[in-house]
Amino acid sequence: MQLTGAQILLECLREQEVDTIFGYPGGTILNVYDALYDYQDVFRHILTSHEQGAAHAADGYARSTGKVGVCFATSGPGATNMITGIATAYMDSSPVVFITCNVGENLIGKDSFQEVDITGIAMPITKNNYLVKHAEQIADVVREAFAIARSGRPGPVLIDFLKNATAEKADYVPLPRKEHYTSGRIAQLVKKSMFRFEPPRVDDNDINILLEMIRNSEKPLIICGGGVVRSRSQEQLTAFAEKLDSPVALTVMGAGGMNGRNPLTTGMIGMHGSQASNMACDGCDLLIAIGCRFSDRVALNPASFAKQAQIVQIDIDRAEINKNVKTDHHIVGDARQVMEILIDRMEQCDHKAWKEYVFSYPREAEYDEGGDKMTPKQILSTISQMVPDDTIVATDVGQHQMWAIQHFHFEYEGQLLTSGGFGTMGFGLGAAIGAQVGNPDKTVIHVTGDGSFRMNCNELATEEHYGLPIITFVFNNQTLGMVRQWQNLIYHKHYSQTTLDRGPDFVKLAQAYGLKGRRVSSVEELREAIKEAREWKKGYVVDCIIDTDEMVRPMVGGGSHITDFIIS
Amino acid sequence: MTDQKMYTLAVLVDNESGVLSQVSRLFSRKGYNIESLAVGKTHRAEVSRITIEVLADDDHIILLANQLRKLYPVHSVNILKPEKSFRRELVMIKVKAPTNEIRNEIIQITNIFRGQIVDVSVGALTIALIGNENKINGIENVLSEFEIIELVRTGYVALERGLDTIYNDTKEKGEFNYGKNVL
Repeated sequence: MQLTGAQILLECLREQEVDTIFGYPGGTILNVYDALYDYQDVFRHILTSHEQGAAHAADGYARSTGKVGVCFATSGPGATNMITGIATAYMDSSPVVFITCNVGENLIGKDSFQEVDITGIAMPITKNNYLVKHAEQIADVVREAFAIARSGRPGPVLIDFLKNATAEKADYVPLPRKEHYTSGRIAQLVKKSMFRFEPPRVDDNDINILLEMIRNSEKPLIICGGGVVRSRSQEQLTAFAEKLDSPVALTVMGAGGMNGRNPLTTGMIGMHGSQASNMACDGCDLLIAIGCRFSDRVALNPASFAKQAQIVQIDIDRAEINKNVKTDHHIVGDARQVMEILIDRMEQCDHKAWKEYVFSYPREAEYDEGGDKMTPKQILSTISQMVPDDTIVATDVGQHQMWAIQHFHFEYEGQLLTSGGFGTMGFGLGAAIGAQVGNPDKTVIHVTGDGSFRMNCNELATEEHYGLPIITFVFNNQTLGMVRQWQNLIYHKHYSQTTLDRGPDFVKLAQAYGLKGRRVSSVEELREAIKEAREWKKGYVVDCIIDTDEMVRPMVGGGSHITDFIIS
Repeated sequence: MTDQKMYTLAVLVDNESGVLSQVSRLFSRKGYNIESLAVGKTHRAEVSRITIEVLADDDHIILLANQLRKLYPVHSVNILKPEKSFRRELVMIKVKAPTNEIRNEIIQITNIFRGQIVDVSVGALTIALIGNENKINGIENVLSEFEIIELVRTGYVALERGLDTIYNDTKEKGEFNYGKNVL
């Protein structure tokens, strides 16, 4: 079948069962958008306000649905606008295929209009990337790109098509997804690199060593990282933790990897970790980290981290082993697979005294609720009481992000969408849009701060146009709160360039985009606003006024020992 | 950064465009300067072999190798042990030889070092020599008494001694392939 390159691309997306594309058109990607015109009943295209919003939306879609997200952009500025979105997806291992088009072969390398070497720019922030010069390469490359994005440790892949490749015709042979591994380029890849068809087996000896360590342990601790969320293995983790009778600390990316209300969880660990988590980490004799890379926000000081414990790392990415923290043992494998084997082969443990010690420390910080302003915890518990239990929460980055993770008890994997690794302010609204598009039956809320929201609030136009009933909660403290907190505690109260004593009026902003909004400064008003938002069934912005000097508690300074709390 | 020493890395990669920049990027990202780099085809047409010499410390060289192994176009990476491998480099040196006397002297030196005269022209000689740093530094030193007008080195290539090769399967290699498995 002779098709244009653009048509082959879309046929290949259909092979991958893609039904939603986020993107923004432009000069060099016109052929693809022209072909898309005839595929309107196959793909739902969501046009955002900015390519960054599209990239975050595709990422949020991928994180919340577990499918591969797809994002289109044109050459030059279209492609570079996505860079922050690609880096965000890369740092949090989110499977997204980014598709850009570049100028034609006759113009490439001549600094042509809107030309940029996007594959070169994206090299450090993609799992792999491709420059496709001719139509006959398209099918193989797209199939491989999707396989790589979703396999092993997932991540973003970028494909850059020269404009001529999308216009010229080539032969296209449909190939069902099941057969991708037995024919074409992926089959060659499999053969060449001695990849196996069956998921590789976890090494038996490695398991035996860990089982022995478990038998000898009296004070075990499990750290649940993003890998548990990516492999959707809450069921296995819960069973494993119950059998080991061990507390479970959650990293930011691991939120939802175990039900936040499970009595075995100690809450978040690390810089803003709970006292229970951080004390457990310091006192345990066996630390089993699952799908966790010991980032500097978790391990803080690698030399003193869990210094009394034997550290075991279970990860699918061999390059993470011993990267940040020296381990005593490791198992390379999929979190779910490894835990299933462990559950099967271990005996029921009992660590009552150890658990009693750990849970004698608080799992959540308490705030003084006597003041005239709402506390973050009050806001979050009010929200969680009034929205369904399976509500998806997208956050931006800063104090509100930490509060949301500490006080909103996530029940399942993919419920929290947050930029944990890259810390991208402006991630939340795009991610919420992607999540709502991918989960039309669920409630999606967007928790943000006044600083973060201002960055990409242009996507309210997208939210309005597609009738997405996202409720945005702005934790409005008139400052860049997290930076102010550091300035307050570490930088001698020099509030340098962090005061946001300026517009816009977020309520009027919502109205300007055709949405509703309300400013609230008490729990009573907040309740009314949420009630109104849920009845309105369209986008809604709740501007929550909080105290400028409210802090995220507890806090351990960067690089410090994990129990050296600056504030508790 | 205290105990830096020279490491030799052998890297097998897909013979495709862009792979070399992906590999070399990792070194500059971590702030390491590549001391020597040589790339060439292997007996398998689709695979190229890169030999890299870099000054690094023990921990960082392992991190670098691990990051390299993660790249899709990279098949395998070996950190070659000096006692179990050998390395060679080709150097070509163009020396001014204005008189017969000087020319004869340079030819004699070349013979002693078991080098080859690859070009003789009016006023200049070009010498080619294969060896390790001792030999190459040696001839460079002696020839510096004359006037060297151009010098080029290929960068080191290295192989393991005995039956061991970069193609050997190890548990570690299997662990890296696990993450790359396309299923």
